[in-house]
Amino acid sequence: MTRMAATRDGYGQALLDLASNEKVVVLEADLGKSTKSLHFRKAYPERTFSFGIGEQNMMLGAAGLASSGYIPFASTFAIFTERGFEQVRNGIARPNLSVHLCGSHGGVHTGTDGSSAQSIEDLAIYRTLPNMTILHPCDDVSTRLLTIQLADHDGPSYTRTARNSTPVIYDGREDEIVIGKGIVVNDGNDVAIFACGVALHEAVKACHQLEQEGISVAVIDMHTIKPLDIDMVNKYAEKCGAIVTAEDHSVIGGLGSAIAEHLVKENPTPMEMIGVQDRFGESAQAHEMLELMGITHKDIANACQKVMTRKN
Amino acid sequence: MNHKELELKSIEYRKTILDIIYKGGAGHTAGSLSCIDILNVLYNNVLNINPNNFKSNDRNRYVQSKGHTVEALYTVLCDNNFFTREELNTLNQFNSHFIGHPTRKVPGVEHNTGALGHGLSVAVGMAIGFKLDNKPYKVYTLLGDGELSEGSIWESLLSASKYKLDNLVIIIDRNGLQITGKTEEVNPIEPLLDKFISFGLCVNQVNGNSVSELDEIFKKIPFENNQPNLIIANTIKGKGISFIENQVVWHHKLPSEEEYNRAIQELNKQLENFK
Repeated sequence: MTRMAATRDGYGQALLDLASNEKVVVLEADLGKSTKSLHFRKAYPERTFSFGIGEQNMMLGAAGLASSGYIPFASTFAIFTERGFEQVRNGIARPNLSVHLCGSHGGVHTGTDGSSAQSIEDLAIYRTLPNMTILHPCDDVSTRLLTIQLADHDGPSYTRTARNSTPVIYDGREDEIVIGKGIVVNDGNDVAIFACGVALHEAVKACHQLEQEGISVAVIDMHTIKPLDIDMVNKYAEKCGAIVTAEDHSVIGGLGSAIAEHLVKENPTPMEMIGVQDRFGESAQAHEMLELMGITHKDIANACQKVMTRKN
Repeated sequence: MNHKELELKSIEYRKTILDIIYKGGAGHTAGSLSCIDILNVLYNNVLNINPNNFKSNDRNRYVQSKGHTVEALYTVLCDNNFFTREELNTLNQFNSHFIGHPTRKVPGVEHNTGALGHGLSVAVGMAIGFKLDNKPYKVYTLLGDGELSEGSIWESLLSASKYKLDNLVIIIDRNGLQITGKTEEVNPIEPLLDKFISFGLCVNQVNGNSVSELDEIFKKIPFENNQPNLIIANTIKGKGISFIENQVVWHHKLPSEEEYNRAIQELNKQLENFK
C-alpha cells in the first residue's frame, strides 16, 4: 500500500530536522497550523516569530533576520505570499538575502476554499525574480530533503507545497533528491513528461496507462523550477523528441514555460502543456478540480498521444 | 563631536548634497536637506558605524527607509570614509554603484531601500535578531512622513510593540510635504503622536534640524524599557536654502546652474557667519 502524505508535512518535518542549527528561525503569518511550521513553534517558541496576518512585514522581518546572520524560513499560503511580492522583489531578491519562503496550499488542488485561495501564478511570478530558487516538490520526502538543503543554500528561495495528500514515491530514495537536479521517475523513449508537484502523480498514472498501449514514456520530476535542470531537459528532448509538461499552475510562466523558453533557443521540440489554461479556479474537491482544469492523467495521456503525432 | 562641530558639518553636508545632485543630474534635493541633520548626528555621535567595523555583526545598524533621500546618506558615509568623494561624484552615472536609491553595493549601506514602507520591517527583523543574540546593539531607522501611508508601516509597529523592541529607534522626518503636496492634504496622518502612543511606542518630539536637540534625545534611548523608541523629528523640507525650503516642487527637482550657484552662495555665507 502506497504511503500517502501532503508535501506541507515534509516542510514541517524539515524545520524540526533543522532545529539543531541555532541560526534557523521560523516566521509565520497566522497560518503555521496550515503550513506546518506549528511543530517547530511548539518545540522552539523562542525561535518562532508570528507576525499576525501581516505578510509584507513578515517578508522583510525575515530579510532583517537574514542580514543579521540568521536563516529564516517564512511560510504562509502561496496566495498570501503574493501580498508581499514587492517586498520579496526589492527587499529580499535584490539584495540576494538567504530568506526561504514557503507557500503552502498552492494550485487548484487546494480545493474547496475556491479560487481566492488557489494560487495558480506563484511559480511564474517568483520565477521572474533574479537570484530566486524555485522549488515545487511532489512528495513529503523530497519536500523535507529539499527544505533541509535550503539551510545551506546561498540566496533566496520560494518553495511551493500542497495542502492535500498524494502518494509518497521517494521513501528510501533520499540520496536522489538534490536542488536543481530533476529525477527520472520512469525512463522511456517515445515521449517525455516533465512534471512537478501534484501533477507528477498524474503523470505517473498516465505513464502506466500509455505503457499498456505499448508506448515508452519517460517521467521526470522537475521539483526545481529554477534553476532549470537544462541538461535533463536537453537529454530527454533529444532522446524522446516529444515533450509534455504537467503542473497544477497556470500554463503561463510555470514549468512548461520554463522548458519551452529553454528549448526554443537550443532544440525546438514538439510540446504540449498541461496546466491551468488561463482561468481562475472554483470550489470543489481536489480531484474534481484537476478534472475541471484538465490536469488529470487522462489529459496528460491524451497530450502525449497528440504530441507524438507532431514528432519530426 | 560637540554641537558646534556638528553644526559646521551640517552646512558642509548641505553643500555636498547640492553638489552631487547638480553634477549627477538627478536627486531628491529637499528631502535630503530636511533629514541631513539627523544623519549627521547619528553617524558622527551615535551609531559608531565605520568602515572598520561595518562587516562585523557586533555593531549598531542604520536602515534608511526613506531611501529616496539617498544623497544625504551617501554624503555622511563619504565623510565617514566609506568611499572617496571621487567615487561619490559618479552618482547616477552609467556603471556607477551610486544609484538613486540605497543599495548594498555601496559600502556602508545596510539594506536596499527605496520602495517606501520597507525599512521599518527590516529594522524590526534586525532588532529581533539582536534580542535573540542577547546583544546590546540598537537598530535605527529613518522614515518619511509621507511614507506613513504605507500599510506595512503599521504592520511593523504592531510587531515592534509585540516583541518589546526597546533596541529599535524609529525616527520620523516630519517635514510635512510629500511628492504631490502637503501630507495633511494628500492623505492626512495626524494626530501622529496619539497614533504612535496607541501602538505602544514611547514617543518624543524634537526639532529635527537642531543637532543639539537631536544629540540630546538620542542619549536618552531607551526612553522606556520594553517599549520601542520613536522620535518625531519636526523638520523643514529643503532646510538651509531659502528658496528650496517648504517648496513642494523641490522634492525631485534638479537645480539649474543659476539655482545651484545661489544655493552654494547661501551655504558659503552660512559658513562665513559660522566662523
